[in-house]
Amino acid sequence: MSYSTVSGGPGLETAAVTAAKAGRRKPSRLGRRKLTFDYVSFLLVFLGLPLAIFLIFVISPFVQAVYYAMTNWTGFTPDMQFIGFDNYVKLFNDDIFLRAMLNNIVLALIVPLVTIVIALIFASMITVGGPSRGQVRGLKGSSFYRVISFFPYVIPAIVIAILWNMIYTPSGGLLNGILGLFGVTDQPAWLGDERTAMGATIFVIVWSMVGFYMILFVAAIKGIPAETLEAARIDGAGRFRTVVSILLPQMRDNVQTAYIYLGIMALDAFVYMAGLNSTGGPGNSTLVMSQYLFRTAFEKGQFGLATAMGVVLAVITLLFAALIIGIFRLVGGKDEGGRA
Amino acid sequence: MSTETRAAITIDPRTRSVVPERRVKATRGDKAVGTVSHVVMGIWSLVVILPMIWTLIGSFKTTKEIFASPFGLPSNWNFDNYVSAWIDNAFGQMFLNTVIVVGVSLVLVMVLGAMCAYVLARFSVPGSRVIYYLMLAGLTFPIFLAIVPLFFILQGMGLLNTLPGLILTYVAFALPFTVFFLFSFFKSLPYEIQDAAYVDGASEWRTFFQVMLPMAKPGMAAVAIMNFLGLWNQFLLPISLNTDKNNWVLSQGMASYASSAGYSLDFGQMFAAVMITIIPVLIVYILFQRQLQGSVSQGTSK
Repeated sequence: MSYSTVSGGPGLETAAVTAAKAGRRKPSRLGRRKLTFDYVSFLLVFLGLPLAIFLIFVISPFVQAVYYAMTNWTGFTPDMQFIGFDNYVKLFNDDIFLRAMLNNIVLALIVPLVTIVIALIFASMITVGGPSRGQVRGLKGSSFYRVISFFPYVIPAIVIAILWNMIYTPSGGLLNGILGLFGVTDQPAWLGDERTAMGATIFVIVWSMVGFYMILFVAAIKGIPAETLEAARIDGAGRFRTVVSILLPQMRDNVQTAYIYLGIMALDAFVYMAGLNSTGGPGNSTLVMSQYLFRTAFEKGQFGLATAMGVVLAVITLLFAALIIGIFRLVGGKDEGGRA
Repeated sequence: MSTETRAAITIDPRTRSVVPERRVKATRGDKAVGTVSHVVMGIWSLVVILPMIWTLIGSFKTTKEIFASPFGLPSNWNFDNYVSAWIDNAFGQMFLNTVIVVGVSLVLVMVLGAMCAYVLARFSVPGSRVIYYLMLAGLTFPIFLAIVPLFFILQGMGLLNTLPGLILTYVAFALPFTVFFLFSFFKSLPYEIQDAAYVDGASEWRTFFQVMLPMAKPGMAAVAIMNFLGLWNQFLLPISLNTDKNNWVLSQGMASYASSAGYSLDFGQMFAAVMITIIPVLIVYILFQRQLQGSVSQGTSK
């Protein structure tokens, strides 16, 4: 909870920002050192080695991508022409790419919202669902629910996607089998139907993420001093009131971080789509930018165009993070009289 | 003191104060909230468990039986599907590859990440602000932005489609998270002990490996667990940078099922393959679930 006091500056308000703030304070006792062999070799290896790997395999590809995005490079021939923003013009006139972008935006709007609301409800039930007299207690048997709910998080996402692909199979799948038990004859084709494919996909992503964020929120609630909760109770606040007025404001930063992480994941969504509908779904209804990028690069070999898609994806990711931080700052400012 | 009252004085190990808990009658509202909560959580638990049980049963059925009825039991309980899934797809090789890649990457990223975080947290090095912003970029920008250039960087180094190449990229992309998390951890360690080590004549190297690193153990364990899960589940990097079938990792083997789904696929075998990948994680999870949930919680309080 230490990052609740972070105020200004662009970028993500995550643990990272606290780290940076702390980094400005120079360690008092270990100021400038003599450049002995020990110290120099220590710095070279301790800082130089990890940094070199990081620069070569992470930062340099990012930088190169911005340049490649402005070429018509196909990768396998050395000739590469600089074509400026032509790739972007092409992308924004490509109906399939626009569809993929729209699908990504839908995912980024719905997945975090639904996941966080469900996770918050579950976390509240588990932590303050117990008796209303005496100490604030959680639900009986809550550790059982926690163990079960968290489990999907440890299964590889590709396996989750394949598992649900089988469950959604129209004939012989578990879901339509259960519907059949209840006498439902009009059984949808789920992933095979343009109307249901996206919804079914969103459910799978939410299913895999709820448990993790529930545990995260339970930890955040446990970090709130018991006195605060007891005081609210003595003042006559019921459970619902306690959750809305006491827990939620205290968890604002956790919820914001969760929102950003889930959004970044939903803008990617590649692995889920690869297992659920690797071709993009009926009528491209579940095609996402990452899938289109992968296909353009590694199947068609249009590397310049593919990196331009990567740039668009990165820009949307940053805009999304900025938007969420902005919204949370607005909401938080109203609630707490300009704490931020 | 009767046994009943003694039992009522339970002390939650997390709360330091000893508060005897009064036995209170649940009000009607309590019961309603409790019941609703149990029903909701119970339904959710079913939604999580049912697919697993269904897959487990399905993994013993033949494809014909699977399509006949989703609820029917297999007529013949045997491990044919498991055997064919293991042999047809070289699961043994993929398993070994995954263990090597994830194991080596994990050790490397923990050592390198801890060293980098230690220097950034405790020494005034010029340019540490720049390094910080670069790390933040590495954490925020999508891997998809880097994937095409990365492909050609590895190709240029002759590391494309090799396990060392995959390991290096795993390390590089897990580094920012590791450094950020451990940074605050190293920051919080007392300076007195570090000074004491210097006074005793320890070199910088020795101070780190014998004094500071052991003190950071709890933080290291938490990050290692999160990194393990992240690397074990990694999907995009292997399918784009490691396409040689002999070097495949598990997630690639599973993906090949997905892309051939719907055609001439042996569904029973696919169910078995899903179980083969889930069972090891399930066992590890049940054994370590306390530590795992603990490390997630630690992540929030930092």
